[in-house]
Amino acid sequence: MTDNVSPWLEHGLSEQEYNLVLELLGRTPNYLELALFGVMWSEHCGYKNSKKQLKKLPTKGPQVLQGPGENAGVVYLGDGLAAAFKMESHNHPSAVEPYQGAATGVGGIIRDIFAMGARPVASLNSLRFGDLDDGRVKRLLNGVVAGIGGYGNCMGIPTVGGDLYFHPSYRGNPLVNAFCLGLLQADKIYKGSASGPGNIVMLVGARTGRDGIKGASFASEELSDSDRDKRPNVQVGDPFMEKLLLEATLEILERDLVVGLQDLGAAGLTSSGAEMAGRAGSGLFLDLDKVPMREEGMLDWEIMLSESQERMLLVVEPSKAAAVAEVFEKWDLLAVEAGLVTDDGNFTVRRGERVMASIPAELLTDKVPLYDRPQRVPDYYEKSKKADFSALMCHGDWAGLLKSLLASPNLSSRAWVFEQYDSMVGLNTVVRPGGDGAMLRLPGSDRGLALSSDCNSRYVYLEPRRGAAIAVAEAALNCAVLGARPLALTNCLNFGNPENPEIYWQFVKATDGLAEAAAALDTPVTGGNVSFYNEYDGLAIFPTPTIGMIGVIEHIGNRVPAGFPAGGLNVILIGESREELGASEAHHLLTGRDEGEVPELDLALTKRLINFLVAAAAGRLLRSAHDLAEGGLAVALAECCFPGDMGAAVTLDDGLSAAAALFGESQSRVLATADDASLDAVLDSLERYSLPFSVVGRTTDDGLLTVGHGSDTLRAKVSELKDAWSRALPEAAAL
Amino acid sequence: MTVKACVLVFPGSNCDRDNVRSWEACTGLKADLVWHKESSLPDYDLVIVPGGFSYGDYLRCGAIARFSPVMAEVVRLAGLGRLILGICNGFQILTEAGLLPGALSRNKNLKYICRDVTLRVENNKTAFTSRYAPGQVLTIPVSHGEGGYSCSPADLAALRDEGRVVFRYCAADGSVSPDDAPNGSLDNIAGILGRRGNVLGLMPHPERLAEEILGGTDGRALFTSILDALSGGPKS
Amino acid sequence: MKFKASVNVMLKPSVLDPQGATLERALKSMGHRNVSSIRVGKLIELTMDCENQEAAAKLADDWADKLLANPNMENYSLTLEKLP
Repeated sequence: MTDNVSPWLEHGLSEQEYNLVLELLGRTPNYLELALFGVMWSEHCGYKNSKKQLKKLPTKGPQVLQGPGENAGVVYLGDGLAAAFKMESHNHPSAVEPYQGAATGVGGIIRDIFAMGARPVASLNSLRFGDLDDGRVKRLLNGVVAGIGGYGNCMGIPTVGGDLYFHPSYRGNPLVNAFCLGLLQADKIYKGSASGPGNIVMLVGARTGRDGIKGASFASEELSDSDRDKRPNVQVGDPFMEKLLLEATLEILERDLVVGLQDLGAAGLTSSGAEMAGRAGSGLFLDLDKVPMREEGMLDWEIMLSESQERMLLVVEPSKAAAVAEVFEKWDLLAVEAGLVTDDGNFTVRRGERVMASIPAELLTDKVPLYDRPQRVPDYYEKSKKADFSALMCHGDWAGLLKSLLASPNLSSRAWVFEQYDSMVGLNTVVRPGGDGAMLRLPGSDRGLALSSDCNSRYVYLEPRRGAAIAVAEAALNCAVLGARPLALTNCLNFGNPENPEIYWQFVKATDGLAEAAAALDTPVTGGNVSFYNEYDGLAIFPTPTIGMIGVIEHIGNRVPAGFPAGGLNVILIGESREELGASEAHHLLTGRDEGEVPELDLALTKRLINFLVAAAAGRLLRSAHDLAEGGLAVALAECCFPGDMGAAVTLDDGLSAAAALFGESQSRVLATADDASLDAVLDSLERYSLPFSVVGRTTDDGLLTVGHGSDTLRAKVSELKDAWSRALPEAAAL
Repeated sequence: MTVKACVLVFPGSNCDRDNVRSWEACTGLKADLVWHKESSLPDYDLVIVPGGFSYGDYLRCGAIARFSPVMAEVVRLAGLGRLILGICNGFQILTEAGLLPGALSRNKNLKYICRDVTLRVENNKTAFTSRYAPGQVLTIPVSHGEGGYSCSPADLAALRDEGRVVFRYCAADGSVSPDDAPNGSLDNIAGILGRRGNVLGLMPHPERLAEEILGGTDGRALFTSILDALSGGPKS
Repeated sequence: MKFKASVNVMLKPSVLDPQGATLERALKSMGHRNVSSIRVGKLIELTMDCENQEAAAKLADDWADKLLANPNMENYSLTLEKLP
């Protein structure tokens, strides 16, 4: 269908953007060319609504070998090794077809990693769903988890962790954020640039069909119930094909057969080709007659926009093309010479000798109009600061409340999820899923790599700037409690419609907080992804800037477990507890409300806490360390008891209400244990790092958890708590 | 003597390198990776058919892999009495190839399961288990979506009578009840031996718990038992 | 009255079928060059109690549309048989 009056409309461009195209190009684009502009200037590919804000983020540091702009960021780990890692969203496809949507999300991020020349060694995923009392949400959860497992397990890449939360705001628009990390030699980073005019552009992997056409622009629209027929064809993932593509690609990289490579993701050949040409400042052409097709009769724009999975573009010197083809043939994969690198700066699409489209590559990649959207403080912002905590303050049955919290959807055991993922393949998983973060050993090195993902979106909703900073601090602490120094982060910024000034305000504030925390904690942002338009029938999700953090421990033998390893150890609460019940999980559980002041965050103290934890691990001072998060001290104590079926006897003397002492969510706190012999050294060290602390009790091996607070006592059998904690999610998720 | 071992690589295998690494960690010996298109193999003493998703596990697990050229060589070496070890997808391939009886079907909860389970050693008088004690309870992970063992009543009777059930899923105390089989396996069967005693297939992954840093070493004795058998080393 | 419904679910022609494609390659590599376009689907059989054939057909169609097939990626066809 062509609309001669407003040709920009069907390509998702505004009239002003169309006029800009005319001005930049100096002529009227044909249909195909306009389609290329439409998709490259979409939010998904061009970041037109977010780029100005993303420039605030710190991206540099001595550890950063590759910052944002490539397929993935790369940081130096030590011993000549580097990690390529990135996180990406696949929210809208997962809402439509949860299994395939999640699976292809995993597949896409894996390709980003091996396109850097890295062998993928670990995945995480960060998931958000509506409440599980809705049958549709249960099907989404089951489908997404099965899809992640179905793809990752088949690839042989262990899924070692992640995070999962439920809130009604995600009911029609779940979040599926997939993180992947690969290892490579620091001096062998490959880039997605098409350099060297005369070099051959090869298209390898799967055939091209009408999969997910206009998926990139689909991602840039809100969902609603009436849209069923407008939706693009669901992309189906073929992890087996991707496994072959991975092995073949790593084999040609090992043999130095390619100049550059790029995976085909959103907007398929268009964005990959244009970005490869744009980065190198050269040009390239693709001949559509050479593209292996799965379906007949596809139009030029359909081929250019197809999001068929498991495809890559390679740039190869002519003398090496035959060797590349041979490797792909060994793996039963297609590899065709589909074009050439040129020196005219243009991204050109041909049919044989006929030119179908030719556009200066930089217009597509670097001339995207960037917007400062109008912002407005949302109505809810001031109102929600006030909260009535009487239900919590007057609860009294602290053991009962603890048990309910442990059995609540957001705090219950995640084993039902991660046991559906192969978390061990590769023989590198030293700390398995279920704790604060995971840890991998690094081949040929004594070091260990910590990984964690995090975001409490209730905090971000109520106080976007502080909430985003807390997400960074929390992810960093998750690495530090293991004994690893946080190194760098990637992110997935999931928000509603940025054209809504209130949503844009959330986005600006959240990126401010992200920038501030990343700078303060010396964890640069090496890449990530923005996902806007996460709304369903006009209701936006809670703003969710998910953080994926990695860290390194010098000697993996010094790693610190989260759980209490034995009875008779000193229990130390590090950090300052305040009368902070706002935005707490306990308040939400009792009232269903999201309100109150978000806990304070002192980034300087967080930084000192991280330094202490890293030093204490290196000095083997601690027997365990666990970060306090949702549910506060009481939940953290229970979680520390579970792995070894231990107990603890704790007395609190903090001048707070019992509710705040037990369930308040004051930030930057850690529950650690030390044996008597090293207690003095631990306390000395805490003082040196100027950290508030108190020795609150001892671990026991009687399987009882008792916490005294003034006249209040919480007393519970750990086995009963653990049973409630373990059973909740499988029961709630059962179809 | 030198023991010559290899690990097969099918398209979609993903525990191939893990087995090479674990074999070396447990025995100090190297193992070759052998591509599935090889139609002629040297006379390996040990062939490991590793886990993974050969051919994506499309149609049925192992159904396509068993037609790979290398499988004719595996059958030949089995006939010569060489040791063949199939782990997880490797077990599935060996049943499809007819080297072991029965078949593996979808887990009873219809979900992929990856976690540590406990196994009871039912027969330690084999080339694969001599370093275990009879009745010893091992902690070894499973990681599969289709691990429920089934076979005909006649095959089951033969497996039992001939001591060819080598591992059963059990509780931590060694007792065996149907609930202990995470995948719904018939008679809690986790691993079985071929008729001649030189082919072992098992669903759990001994190579994943063969080093202390990975959280346990119960898998180690399987590899060292094999080395004993092949090198005439210590026998209990 | 009892009816047996057979719902044949197939991926839409334009949707990739990795399983079918892999089976096709496998048969070809075994020397069967004359095979083409393998597609793998699901056959779901169910029995139902209904007042009449028309109501049964309508209900089975509804179930197929809502649950048994995903209209975003699959087509289905339906046959209905009256059971004695």
